[in-house]
Amino acid sequence: MEAGSPAPRHLEVRGLVKSFGPERAVDDISFGVPRGKFLTLLGPSGCGKTTTLMCIAGLHRLDAGEIRVGGVAYTSVADRIFLAPERRDIGMVFQSYAIWPHMTVAENVAYPLEIRKVARAEIHDRVADVLRLVGLLEMAGKLATQLSGGQQQRAALARAIVYRPKLLLFDEPLSNLDLKLREQMRVELKRIQREVGITSVYVTHDQAEALVMSDEIIVMSDGRIQQTGDPHDIYARPANRYVSNFIGVANLLPGRVVRVTAPGRGEIEVQEGAARVRLPCRLGEGVGEGAPAVLSVRPENVQALREDRGEPRLEGLVLQTIFLGNCLDCRVRWGAFEWKILAHPRYLLRAGERVFLRLDPEHSLAVRP
Amino acid sequence: MSGPARGVVELDRLTKRFGAEVAVREVSLTVAPGEFVTLLGPSGCGKTTTLRCIAGLESPDAGEIRIDGQVVASRARGIHLPPEDRDIGMVFQSYAVWPHMTVFDNVAYGLRVRRVGRSDVQDRTTGALELVGLAHLADRYATKLSGGQRQRVALARAIVYRPKVILFDEPLSNLDAKLREQMRVELVRLQHDAGITSIYVTHDQSEALVMSDRVVVMHAGVIQQIGDPRTIYARPANAFVASFLGVANLLEGTLADQNGAWCEMDIPLGPTQPSVRLRAAAAAGVSRGQRITLSVRPEDLALHLTRPDRAVNVIEGEVIDTVYLGSFVDGQVRAGAHTISVQIDHYERLVPGQKVFLTFEPEHGLCLSS
Repeated sequence: MEAGSPAPRHLEVRGLVKSFGPERAVDDISFGVPRGKFLTLLGPSGCGKTTTLMCIAGLHRLDAGEIRVGGVAYTSVADRIFLAPERRDIGMVFQSYAIWPHMTVAENVAYPLEIRKVARAEIHDRVADVLRLVGLLEMAGKLATQLSGGQQQRAALARAIVYRPKLLLFDEPLSNLDLKLREQMRVELKRIQREVGITSVYVTHDQAEALVMSDEIIVMSDGRIQQTGDPHDIYARPANRYVSNFIGVANLLPGRVVRVTAPGRGEIEVQEGAARVRLPCRLGEGVGEGAPAVLSVRPENVQALREDRGEPRLEGLVLQTIFLGNCLDCRVRWGAFEWKILAHPRYLLRAGERVFLRLDPEHSLAVRP
Repeated sequence: MSGPARGVVELDRLTKRFGAEVAVREVSLTVAPGEFVTLLGPSGCGKTTTLRCIAGLESPDAGEIRIDGQVVASRARGIHLPPEDRDIGMVFQSYAVWPHMTVFDNVAYGLRVRRVGRSDVQDRTTGALELVGLAHLADRYATKLSGGQRQRVALARAIVYRPKVILFDEPLSNLDAKLREQMRVELVRLQHDAGITSIYVTHDQSEALVMSDRVVVMHAGVIQQIGDPRTIYARPANAFVASFLGVANLLEGTLADQNGAWCEMDIPLGPTQPSVRLRAAAAAGVSRGQRITLSVRPEDLALHLTRPDRAVNVIEGEVIDTVYLGSFVDGQVRAGAHTISVQIDHYERLVPGQKVFLTFEPEHGLCLSS
């Protein structure tokens, strides 16, 4: 590890390459996770996130690179090291709950301790502790088949953390649950992870899940890392069009940077059909004067006003408003472009109204195309 | 019938029992032509039983159901029309699309059974498929369709009869989240374009808000409130409606003073803390000295790091946790014994334990009788 790096990395992945036949599923990626932190690998199916997780678990061998946990090499192609999966001391939670139907909840959770020959009294205590932590203590004597999907996933989590592994790996564990339960479980899972303090790597294609749960997010596509950052960085300062589009909803308008006014600030000119405007904005990494860029503005950072406040003028027509309770989803036509706007629900915009859009330059970002 | 415009569907004090249990109690409702009305409530609230009574799949114990002015169910008058004679279309959660038939044949089937002429079958089926955006898949077998497409076939099959009303029973609940959101908007567009009167059953409040002209909130077999989505959300009739639609902070207290449309309330924060005096709009039926519940939405609360000077309503608390959701931050604030949710629009790094002040405008709070 380099001297002076801020947090020592508990998990360290370097130069990881994994191919299936001619196709590179993971193409030379490196990252680390400090002890006790929660990292999410986020991307669409086929981006390499699950392959990366399987490499960490030891379920795939690498073509190049190395993986270290707590300073110990689990895999190193150069040094011909490959630790068997069962010797890695890793807990895993999958999409399928993988809970044994013929055992009670307590027996399911005790199992990893029994095979590790932990003393009976200690098993009892640790199982009770963990079941309390995941909120299943009352269900201890129930058969796993008597549990709901959410409860089975809690049992699977309890079984993964009961032997206090060095690392927890999650492979889309919530994707079989219905939306309401999934939203609850996100917050719950994060709470439990924080309490037990086990370093975690979480794989998902669900950006909302990633934003809610992670200390750090790695956005992947085509086997490569697009951006690494904390949830707010990734959302507010996407590195490129791909990330901007994949995380949340963004208005994306291709244009050209016409002026740099200060370091990291400038003006972009965008045109959509007959409508054209110059807008002050922040400049993302690698975006300079004269460069083609994409203006990225989140729906909640666009205001639709009834009065004209002058230049820069974005005059549009409200096409549709959808009342969502805690917010109002509006579509506004400007030239050939349809803006997506999230307004406060008390703001009564109606289809057919003319409005003037205001963008906050602080939340308008020119990114690489 | 005299009086106001006649509804396409009219329920008059509909009651349905299962053994000793009353599933639907004295439900009255008039659905206007072209209207989209949603029956919303948790499972067991009576919404599906109501729908099944309208469909003729259940027979009400008391009350009357009229469709386009004709009595289709009335125990007192000994009337119970079978479903096929009620001129209704139905779309269910399970798509009920026949796998061994093409899309076209699935939709045409009902017309053929009714011995509609060949060219009429062709025209009407094509028209219905165009409406749902499946004309290009007419020759495809139903098994080759996605979930969303199957649900569109089911819809086309319901509208091809040109029924007086279409009954929907949680039709989108088998679809994934993204598709469900698309289909909501599409269903509403279709319904408006085709001008079909619709009664829609769901437990999903966001579906009800997005799609409905009017929402009927049900609980324990009884209608709690009927109104358009904004009214139901902003002016819930009681604590059940407030908490079932969206997130509401519900704080119990007593009514100290009432001045027309405004209430002054004392809300005790905890056993060891003094009460706070708060001002909010009065709901119907509150009176002085009564136990009341203050309802205020997370998006109507503003969060401040220092005590605001001129706010009418201030609640002091400390941050428990924040959940970053991208477009906003969901903050949990502890105020005495209460946990209050606040929607923070601008990103701010808040740390657990940090002292904060919550304010809201009196017109954005609602004082409900407990």
